[in-house]
Amino acid sequence: MPKTQTYTLNMGPQHPSTHGVLQVVMELDGERVVQAIPQMGYLHRGIEKLAESRTYAQFIPYTDRLDYVSSMGNNLGYCQTIEKLLELDIPERAEYLRVIMAELNRIASHLIFMSSVAIDLGATTGMMFGFRDRERILDLFDMACGARLTYSYIRIGGVREDVPPEFMAATRQFLADFPEMLAEYHELLTGNEILYHRLRGSGVISGPRALEIGLTGASLRASGVDYDIRKAEPYGIYDRFDFCVPLGQTGDNWDRYRVRMEEMKESAGIVTQALDALPDGPVMAKVPKVLKPPPGDVYHRIENPRGELGFYVVSDGSVKPYRLHVRRPSFINLQALNEICQGLLIADVVAVLATLDPLMGEVDC
Amino acid sequence: MSKQRLKSELFQALQERYAPDLQLIGEDFQQAVLIEPGRLLEVLAYLKADAAYQLNHLSNLTAVDYKDYYEMVYHLYSLPLKQSLTVKLRCDASLAQVPSVTGLWPSADFQEREVYDLMGITFTGHPQLRRILLPDDFPDHPLRKSYEFNPVEEKG
Repeated sequence: MPKTQTYTLNMGPQHPSTHGVLQVVMELDGERVVQAIPQMGYLHRGIEKLAESRTYAQFIPYTDRLDYVSSMGNNLGYCQTIEKLLELDIPERAEYLRVIMAELNRIASHLIFMSSVAIDLGATTGMMFGFRDRERILDLFDMACGARLTYSYIRIGGVREDVPPEFMAATRQFLADFPEMLAEYHELLTGNEILYHRLRGSGVISGPRALEIGLTGASLRASGVDYDIRKAEPYGIYDRFDFCVPLGQTGDNWDRYRVRMEEMKESAGIVTQALDALPDGPVMAKVPKVLKPPPGDVYHRIENPRGELGFYVVSDGSVKPYRLHVRRPSFINLQALNEICQGLLIADVVAVLATLDPLMGEVDC
Repeated sequence: MSKQRLKSELFQALQERYAPDLQLIGEDFQQAVLIEPGRLLEVLAYLKADAAYQLNHLSNLTAVDYKDYYEMVYHLYSLPLKQSLTVKLRCDASLAQVPSVTGLWPSADFQEREVYDLMGITFTGHPQLRRILLPDDFPDHPLRKSYEFNPVEEKG
């Protein structure tokens, strides 16, 4: 019997499938993974420390740079936290615009997810379709706020400015085209036998274990745990919309893929409802020029495309936060990587990374 | 949002059960319980397992530097009962050591490592307490209020 021993292989930080600068130190037994330890920090900018030397409003652009493919969600989470501390009431129209933006951004973010799953598994064409259609949403955001990625559109007290008239027509057109796009993805990817066999049954994590280890968002729901903050603890005006929370059953890669694909459909439904109900009126509350929240602390969380995004802010009554902490879903979701990958083939680590969908801007903060 | 907080009778029950090591502080959305460090694990285990609380999800864990002392903040949430609770704990700045809650919620692993890395608080009982974001040889803990930033001047 020949003697064998395990060996260590680094994946990243420069690797196309790690979605940024993530390093995974893998201990391998032949092709099988014994351990896969994520190493982060390559994109650490010290945003929490920076927040202590910025005013409350000045911090909004930093939130854009956390999960930089769903900046609207980050803006929303941060602004609602400060509004909770200030006990501000937001105009109705702004609330609806926020929901429209956040849900459009969820679709855009899940399109990136779908594209990266496709390209990580070798389906280059699949990636092109996702990015092509995401461009339509970025054009909508461009109309609303002039930025394609770092929006800073949602502000403390409302939104920066009202959307232009052409935004409505363009959004309606996008929503009309969206079912056809989804059908195309399903035909191209979901119905693809190679993709199915690559994802089905690998990277399994059970519901109770996923919750214990801190998974949130679509990755948790893929394991069958019904936990969506939009339903469990509705923030803003989410209690007014009618939508389903798609759940998986086994918690494998395939379920994580399917849940997000279904979520896009639900988000499109929410945007349609919000457009139909959009009232006229102001889009910004009366907010003092200099924001000085009363001393105290506040924690607020929202359902971002990647999971539970929370902001913990401590105010000492001055113009700057005394302490600001961000609960980043990608960071905590990465804890599950090692456990999910143990015993898998090395090629499936890429699939697990793609379906866990961490984003390094948010992991490192 | 107020409907999601723990009912006041549950707060009262907690206080009676653990007095004088547990106090109620804050009002409205800032309501929290402050625990003596020695009884942290005991109280949290009770909050996680008891049928009236069932706080099975550790949403967030972080620390704040108040110069004289550090305050640990735990945001707990119950999926089955849809209620949340904030638990706080104060530890002396010279000690900077609290018990790890990884035994109760494995999800605390990375979060405690982050607090250790950036705030310099040691968690006793953590399986592998080492830096997570900064390099292993980084000399200080930057989120402390006493941290001074000394940029290296560029030459040339």
